[in-house]
Amino acid sequence: MNNRLAVSLSPHDKGDLSVEKIMWGVVIALAPAFLASVYFFGYRAIGVVVLGMVFCIAVEYLVQKFITKQTITAFDGSAAVTGLLLAFNVPSTIPWWQLLVGSIIAIGVAKMTFGGLGQNPFNPALIGRAFMLASFPVEMTTWPVPLVNTWNLGADAVSSATPLAILKEGVNAGQTVQQLAGKLPGYFDMFIGHMGGCIGEISALAILIGGVFLLYKKIITWHIPIFYLFSLAAFTGVFWLSNPAKYADPLFHILAGGAMLGAWFMATDLATSPMTPKGQIIFAISGGILCGVIRLLGSYPEGCSYSILIMNAFVPLIDKFTKPRRFGTSERGVKHGG
Amino acid sequence: MKLKTFKPGGVHPPANKLSANIPTVKLGLPKEVSIPLSQHQGALAVPVIKKGDVVKVGTLIARGEAFISANIHSSVSGTVVKIDDVLDASGYKTPAVVIKVEGDVWEESIDRSETLVKDITSEPEAIVAKIKEMGIVGLGGATFPTHIKYMVSDDRKVDTLVVNGVECEPYLTSDHRLMLERTEEILQGVRILMKAAKVDRAIIAVEANKPDVVAKMQAKMNPAQYPGMEVVALEVKYPQGAEKQLLQALLKREIPGGKLPLDVGCIVNNVGTVLAVYEALQKNKPLFERVVTITGKKLKKTGNFLARIGTPVSMLLEALGEEMPEHTAKIINGGPMMGKAVNSLDIPITKGISGIVLLDESEARRREPMNCTRCAQCVAICPLGLQPYLLEKLAYRENFEACEAEAVMDCCECGSCSYICPSARPILDYIRHGKANVMRIMKERRQQ
Repeated sequence: MNNRLAVSLSPHDKGDLSVEKIMWGVVIALAPAFLASVYFFGYRAIGVVVLGMVFCIAVEYLVQKFITKQTITAFDGSAAVTGLLLAFNVPSTIPWWQLLVGSIIAIGVAKMTFGGLGQNPFNPALIGRAFMLASFPVEMTTWPVPLVNTWNLGADAVSSATPLAILKEGVNAGQTVQQLAGKLPGYFDMFIGHMGGCIGEISALAILIGGVFLLYKKIITWHIPIFYLFSLAAFTGVFWLSNPAKYADPLFHILAGGAMLGAWFMATDLATSPMTPKGQIIFAISGGILCGVIRLLGSYPEGCSYSILIMNAFVPLIDKFTKPRRFGTSERGVKHGG
Repeated sequence: MKLKTFKPGGVHPPANKLSANIPTVKLGLPKEVSIPLSQHQGALAVPVIKKGDVVKVGTLIARGEAFISANIHSSVSGTVVKIDDVLDASGYKTPAVVIKVEGDVWEESIDRSETLVKDITSEPEAIVAKIKEMGIVGLGGATFPTHIKYMVSDDRKVDTLVVNGVECEPYLTSDHRLMLERTEEILQGVRILMKAAKVDRAIIAVEANKPDVVAKMQAKMNPAQYPGMEVVALEVKYPQGAEKQLLQALLKREIPGGKLPLDVGCIVNNVGTVLAVYEALQKNKPLFERVVTITGKKLKKTGNFLARIGTPVSMLLEALGEEMPEHTAKIINGGPMMGKAVNSLDIPITKGISGIVLLDESEARRREPMNCTRCAQCVAICPLGLQPYLLEKLAYRENFEACEAEAVMDCCECGSCSYICPSARPILDYIRHGKANVMRIMKERRQQ
């Protein structure tokens, strides 16, 4: 009777947190932003998002099946999250084959070459986006006009521009922020997402709802999103105060472009962010400043994704210098045990 | 008011205190007991009886001769059948005295009345000697000989006695029942230990999920009768009952790695131990019985039993009128977080067994491990400020020098990291591997 008994080591109890729960939790948290994108961009947004998820899961499945010959874990939700985030970072008018190329780079190159889940040093979706932006600059920066209440199926998208691009071009052409005000969307439109942009980044409101859900589910902590946005606001705020004619105010910078999506969903990626709250704060503050630097001083209108990718590279270093405080000592980090 | 607790870290496993409201029942006598000679940390006790000897309940049968060891007394009256190896809770064979039970004759020196004795006539040294004589060890599970904790050299300053009634392990309720049913005896035991430790402050720590205990203790704890004593309800969080976490929660004192409560001026004893001390001093009763919880989700009934040491664990199930449920996959000596899985119900109850938990297949099966996602949950919940994910990786790669540098030896094996890991990685298994090898390396270094 007793020979079926297991005698493994403690603990014998297991919490019900799982990778699947975390990943599908992120998918649920992205649902409000998805619904907002469908509202503003119409049926094409559905197609791009579904294709992004299918492509990424398929690439992971095929790599595991035929190249690495690992156990198939393509359905654990992590590839779905990458696909969703990649789709969120492209315009809704993107050709399907370009999205496929982006998925192959995101999953095949940025994730699977490093060993798959949790092993990738850089955020796979952002690598995919960066690759697409470099390879298909026209398609990646052609923004459809939001289609609210005009479900104009099949019509060619009308080209528009993101608020950040309008600002950059206008200021470079010598206009002041005040002169550009008529071309820029109002704060309320920017907050709910009525502006040009990538599929998932437009609605700050929807992203905020998803972010609060992530916090509530304890999938992320508040440190990265809050410090990232604060540091972006502080950096752009200093420039705004020094020259309000040339620089937009901090609220504009938080609501425009990918800052909200980046702060809540890209910078908080588990695998590519630091392990301790202190490390996460350093990571987030630096990322926010970098984003501001690229937007205000660089030639790109948008710098959110690059700021996160650059900070991803510093994560091992940050982890090394921000170890938790060892119990019973005042030191942070541990030199010698015992 | 916000309840005190430790930080950082901690987890909240489901409490599953199924037997919390079931009063303790005296377990019947078995036909035969097997009393292991090693029921404590330290050296084996040396038998002082031989085959054929007739013993009574409370007769000394083995003496703890080494510095770290403990006396062992007979838990039954009868004839010594043999001294032979039996399987104990560790899974190893260990020498034990096997006694055939005949009647229930107690040593005359033991006071079997239930009168509460309040006068403490012994001096501190005599109290410690009595604790040693009566074979008392830590009943929380660690089974460290109690008298050694009170052999404090004069240059050490101890100011607080902490009585551990936290019982943060899921399922277990033996301490809970003791504190409810034997409240005044425990409080008297605390007085005795305060005198032994020469301190005028004692804290009885209980988790807030035992409000009945807190209320009863506070009702009985009249300051005139019990000066310097207080009961503190702590926030429910695992591993609150670990010495380091407990002292930090109560007193904000942190024991550094490799040090003891004594190093921060405290002595910590489990409530069961305190009761045993009361009985030893005031009733002249050696430690030969203890309360054991028998529990499991698939059992129709659960219970708390006062059992004689050496009784087979299977008798607990029989006393409930239960069979081992079908699909039982693990029998755990202790709680599910830190207890040891045993492979048989025939092992004897020893001083360190506070409960037996039966887990069925669905609870006992481990999930397939996935890659570490660097989710940082293990870092956030580690109560000792370690980085479990990193220690696991280093131990897996057998980089033991790095394990040592990352303070692997600080790990108290509470299991919170393995419990929380979303990827179901066997983090603690690898950390143990790392600890064992670091210990080996440290030993080799000393020998050079």
